[in-house]
Amino acid sequence: MEFGWGAHLPILQVIVVLLAAPLAFLTRRVRAAWLIAFIASAIALWIASRLLIQVQQDGVIVYQLGGWAAPMGIGYHIDLLNAFMLVLVSAISTIALPYSLRSIENELSAHSQPLFYVYWLLCVAGLLGILATGDAFNVFVFLEISALSTYALIALGSDRGGDRRALHASLRYLLLGSIGATFIVIGIGLLYMMTGTLNMMDLAARLPAVEDTRTVHAAFAFLVIGTGLKAAMFPLHTWLPDAYTHAPSATSVLLAGTSTKVAIYVMLRFLISVFGFEFSFIGIHVELWLLPLAVLAILYGSLCAVYQMDAKRLLAYSSVAQVGYIFLAISIGSAAGIAAGLIHMFNHALMKAVLFMAIGAVVYRAGGSRLFHIAGFGRAMPWTFGALLLGGMSLVGVPFTVGFISKWYLVTSSLDTYGLALVVFVLASSLLAALYVWRLVDVAWFRPVMHERELQEAPLSMLLPMWVLVLANVYFAFDSDLTVGIAQRTAAVLLGGAP
Amino acid sequence: MLTSEPGQLPVIAVALPFVGALVISTLGRWQNLREAASFATAAALLLAILPLWPVVADGGRPGMILAEPIAGMPIALQVEPLGLLFAVVAAALWPVTILYAIGYMRGHHEKNQTRFFAFFAMAIGATLLVAFAANLFTLFLGYELLTLLTFPLVTHHGTAKARAGGMRYLGILLGTSLAFLLLAIIWTWQLSGSGDFLAGGLLAKDTDPATLTLLYLLFAFGIGKAALMPFHGWLPAAMVAPTPVSALLHAVAVVKAGVFCVLKITYYIFGLDLLQDSGASDVVAYIAGATILIAALIALRQDNLKRRLAYSTISQLSYIVLGAALATSTGMLGGGLHILAHAVAKITLFFCAGAILVAAHKSSVSELHGIGRAMPITMTAFFIGAITLIGLPPTIGLWSKWLLGSAAVESGHFVLLLVLLLSSLLNIVYLLEIPAKAFFSTAPAAAEYRQGAVKEAPLPSVIAICLTSAACLALFFFPQPFYALLAGLS
Repeated sequence: MEFGWGAHLPILQVIVVLLAAPLAFLTRRVRAAWLIAFIASAIALWIASRLLIQVQQDGVIVYQLGGWAAPMGIGYHIDLLNAFMLVLVSAISTIALPYSLRSIENELSAHSQPLFYVYWLLCVAGLLGILATGDAFNVFVFLEISALSTYALIALGSDRGGDRRALHASLRYLLLGSIGATFIVIGIGLLYMMTGTLNMMDLAARLPAVEDTRTVHAAFAFLVIGTGLKAAMFPLHTWLPDAYTHAPSATSVLLAGTSTKVAIYVMLRFLISVFGFEFSFIGIHVELWLLPLAVLAILYGSLCAVYQMDAKRLLAYSSVAQVGYIFLAISIGSAAGIAAGLIHMFNHALMKAVLFMAIGAVVYRAGGSRLFHIAGFGRAMPWTFGALLLGGMSLVGVPFTVGFISKWYLVTSSLDTYGLALVVFVLASSLLAALYVWRLVDVAWFRPVMHERELQEAPLSMLLPMWVLVLANVYFAFDSDLTVGIAQRTAAVLLGGAP
Repeated sequence: MLTSEPGQLPVIAVALPFVGALVISTLGRWQNLREAASFATAAALLLAILPLWPVVADGGRPGMILAEPIAGMPIALQVEPLGLLFAVVAAALWPVTILYAIGYMRGHHEKNQTRFFAFFAMAIGATLLVAFAANLFTLFLGYELLTLLTFPLVTHHGTAKARAGGMRYLGILLGTSLAFLLLAIIWTWQLSGSGDFLAGGLLAKDTDPATLTLLYLLFAFGIGKAALMPFHGWLPAAMVAPTPVSALLHAVAVVKAGVFCVLKITYYIFGLDLLQDSGASDVVAYIAGATILIAALIALRQDNLKRRLAYSTISQLSYIVLGAALATSTGMLGGGLHILAHAVAKITLFFCAGAILVAAHKSSVSELHGIGRAMPITMTAFFIGAITLIGLPPTIGLWSKWLLGSAAVESGHFVLLLVLLLSSLLNIVYLLEIPAKAFFSTAPAAAEYRQGAVKEAPLPSVIAICLTSAACLALFFFPQPFYALLAGLS
């Protein structure tokens, strides 16, 4: 590999965004803070794409922090899976930032606006760090960085207008999130106790010798539950609807697109790379737990979504259901199934980000996200409505959208393991999604406007990012080589042997 | 088989209406120019499709792959006889409907006409995608696109009633396709490893008959556009749309896309031999037979003219499903020809219903006593359309019904022959009642039309009506090209 800065991309991936945060804090100006955030985020996206290309060409990149070899120092470990996720997270952040500028100006007081971008940067740096690192304890550290800043990002929702519920939602997430983080650190501690290492590759190499001990089994349980809580796996999802509903609109976009996905990544990493497929699926049969929980998540999330009176809350419950689909795919326990899960992770980020952006634009014009505010916005804001419609169709899984690609791979990969019953279930559950998406569309287009505010099309800085994602929703439905190809190769590599 | 030069024609044909829609929406401010763009698109479309005829009749199957989002399931087009027949019918009736719609929409002072004509064009594009699909996946894409693009047309008026109708339309069509059709496609994919339309059938000869029966049922019900009972409710609900929509889309493009899919899947996925040997399609044949009779009986009791025609359509569509489910080459031929016959006849009847609404503001059968005096051309055309559906000479309806009847005898289902005959009698009762009332009624209400207050509909509409009713008659004498084309199947 070449020397010079090119060799340091794995650490630059995290450090650029992390260092941008204090820089943004020092400026104390909104626009300057925003600009720093945007540039840092764009650089992160560029680095992530470089890493993805490099990994595809040369295979796994191992980077030793400060040149200290693995068992002593901290190793960064980039393979296809986390390179793919790095691109996803930094892309969502880069696209969502231009959108957030006007939305935040509208929803937050002048004092806290620069802070918003500081938290944003910290959150993204944390997420990128979780993805890039190859050290189990480092995962926990970055998890806390992203989690703490997320609590702040949510709590800012109470900043203007005195909606104290955001504080409550944030506190609730803080309590549950801390329990989740504690479980994770206990799990990691138990693993360290048994193996004497924190490096994931070393863990993977040393665990088989001790895997029949109760300590390792306990570590496994702690890690699965801890990451499951962070990923909002049913029934550990209770923090999510409140958090997404009361957070500022831009926060909801970022969280919906990235945070649960990263938590699922962590779980996958431990299940498959650290404990190993043999141990997790053939030994412990984790899929026997994942499958029923996923089915319940889909049913519960979709049914709750149908009855919500607030658009953001409706989308939040839909996220609970969609996380269920990802776990459903993982529970299939084959390379095809895990690929389907990865595909849906990417696709769901695209569609949910569009939907939260569209609703955020309505909040910007109408002052709220309850159905009362949504009513009749379609005619005055045709482009926003179009984005909502297409994002919704993608969520249902209508052909010509990425949602269809997701459903297709989920269903076909489940055929071999579970047979037609699961196919019928997935298709039937899409009808539930159709029902709640239809509610939004129906209210937005056919009902008369119910409030006093003057509605007009959202500003261009909000529309543009929204439509970039809408087009991505359609583009990746035709050219699925990037998503499907990488996901399938990743799954094959993950299951093919040691990473 | 994929030849290069004509291979691009189907792609152009599918793309043209979408380009046309773009032009139409930019010309929205200038009414006449906008309509001229509609006509130009339709003319260009015919120019793109007709050169395919000799190629396909000679056994060529031009087409190309557009994209491959799912490995083994590309988005690809390929023209074969059934698809070409369907495409020609839709593309030829489109300009006639535009002509009619100009008279109707202006005469009726409809709002949002630009949106109307633009979505109309895009719906034709989706129809052609269905017609030229080379595999199940592409077919499914076109099928869903057609549902979505026609939704704004169904709810054109935007009233509570239009919304309720549109909801039902979308609910049933999307629901059946996502729940049954997609399942059937995935199942086929699992059984055979692809979804390509292969002459002689894709599915293996040793497939279990019970599986085949279930799969055929899933396809038949999954294609909700074929309006097989009990999934027919969307068709009467869609009658809230402006009449040109009902005429072209719900008598020709949308419903025909449904029965066309049934024919195509019967022939290219199952294969006639496989269905005959296993008897897998018998259940659907009898469901179609029941639909024919029940829908005709319901039509008898409808007073609203458009609703009566809608139930008549449900009944007639099952003729074609029956032709497919009989699984003989005569049945396929009869079904294919009935796509043509029912298209020209039913579009005539809907045109007449719309003309009556625009000119006399009447929508019920019971209000039509003596209207023949005021609107002689319209009611004569109605008469011709009616006898075409009944299957009397000298109309194209005779040939298709003849072939369907022969197919029923050939395959030994005499009960179904009886169903066809009984249905013809019912057709006479519920369709001929209308021109009979219009011309010969002596009811006191008939006096209204003698005063000359009611005249024929606007001229463009009348020309359109004359064209389609003339086609009903002309095709009786010249059905050979269509025979020759469909003969390429067997």
